[in-house]
Amino acid sequence: MSGAAHQPGAELLIPADTPVHRMPPAPKVVATVVFVLAVAFSPPRIFWPFLWYGLLLTIAIVLAQLPIRTLLRRLVVEIPFLLFALLLPFIGGAPHVHVLGVALSEHGLQAAAMIGLKASFGLLATGVLAASTSLPDVISGLEQLKLPRVLTTVASFMVRYTEMLLEEFNRLRTARACRGGDPRWLWQARDVASCLSALFLRSLERGERVHLAMLSRGFTGTPPAALTAPLPARPVWAAASVLPVLAIAGSLTARVLA
Amino acid sequence: MHIPDGFVNVPTTVAGGAVAVAGIALCVRKTSKIVVDRQLPAAGLAAAFFLLLDAPLVPITVGTSGHLLGGTLAATLLGPWLGVLVVTVVTVVQAVFAGDGGVSALGVNIVNLAIVPAAVGYPLAALLRRLLPRSATGVAIAAGFAAVVAVITAALLLGGEYAVGGAAGIPTHTVVSSTLGVYSVVALVEGVVTGLVIRTLYTVRPDLVWLARPLRVRRPEPEPELDPTPEPVDDR
Repeated sequence: MSGAAHQPGAELLIPADTPVHRMPPAPKVVATVVFVLAVAFSPPRIFWPFLWYGLLLTIAIVLAQLPIRTLLRRLVVEIPFLLFALLLPFIGGAPHVHVLGVALSEHGLQAAAMIGLKASFGLLATGVLAASTSLPDVISGLEQLKLPRVLTTVASFMVRYTEMLLEEFNRLRTARACRGGDPRWLWQARDVASCLSALFLRSLERGERVHLAMLSRGFTGTPPAALTAPLPARPVWAAASVLPVLAIAGSLTARVLA
Repeated sequence: MHIPDGFVNVPTTVAGGAVAVAGIALCVRKTSKIVVDRQLPAAGLAAAFFLLLDAPLVPITVGTSGHLLGGTLAATLLGPWLGVLVVTVVTVVQAVFAGDGGVSALGVNIVNLAIVPAAVGYPLAALLRRLLPRSATGVAIAAGFAAVVAVITAALLLGGEYAVGGAAGIPTHTVVSSTLGVYSVVALVEGVVTGLVIRTLYTVRPDLVWLARPLRVRRPEPEPELDPTPEPVDDR
């Protein structure tokens, strides 16, 4: 399997030797999740906390010596999902503000800005995690945190198969384009569906071969003990908790002041 | 269909989270017997599949945030319990690594996208499968129709959640009508695609379709052809 040799998610990792990179995955994962939740539960229509979150994120990015422009460029993945937020100023209720003669709902504008900010800050935080931790490490961190095994196993298989699936998909797409196929309308759903099932079957058969290969190398459903190190000591957790605790403090202050 | 952060208020978010955690815990218990079964790699593959399917790669996106959901397909392929877990993993990864749906709204999103198809779509599919002829088309129609109903239910539920705890400053009727408008089309596409995928898979590899398990002809296991006395090798 050509794809098996290189690590999944490797293109997100920006290798360096910094305290952030060296930190064991479990505290990093917890810190990221807590930070993202603190941002997500930030009260609506109050914008100053985002300056505070930005400062905290900058500290993490500087500590990890990550190129900030690369991280910002990676935010493009959210664009398709944020397109609908552009509609909010038009369909939101009164009061309206007039910009260039167009009536925009004030609440809609605020809601759209809030959705965009929260998604971007959340993504920047997970971007720092993904840039400083390889995906297999993230999953082994989740395993150390005693997440149900079914979930971590499905997640690790998913990570392993995503790249393989993309390869197969591109092959199928090339083959379809060569034969003049270009489905884009509802009545062409049959073409899409047969491509999808062909993709599923081909990938599954490849996946089954990968799985058999894993079994024959002694895979038992649990990662080798060497990969699941015990949870790190308390000082590591304390160091990891500084930024998320500060973010929670900012979020709570905004909520109390509101 | 993925609710972003701040779209519904905190009580609704917390309630959704509680329902989601309870549902996931139940599914984890129900699937605890699968350890290294062949189903787990298939589940991981299905997860990767839905992850890419939800990305706007498939050029049949209707509306801006309308895309296929795949929950009923997961439940009919992998069974309702594992199906919920697969869609949950996908939803979490989408929220955390692609900004698709808010992290604080994960509970509500898991209820809408993972639990509804398994709780509404799967039983309906199983019932229809029993009523319809025992053929590939019958199985496909059962799964496809259940997918349509599950998507509409999820869209209605989304409207209901917004009516209870909406916080985005948009009138409820606008949310309900636009969601239902977009998702009635999505539901049709989803139903057709689910049905066709199930039909193809059932024709080629019936062992992969959980919904069709009771249909499988129970043949006695073929005796393994072990030759007790190997032919003496003539090595002269």
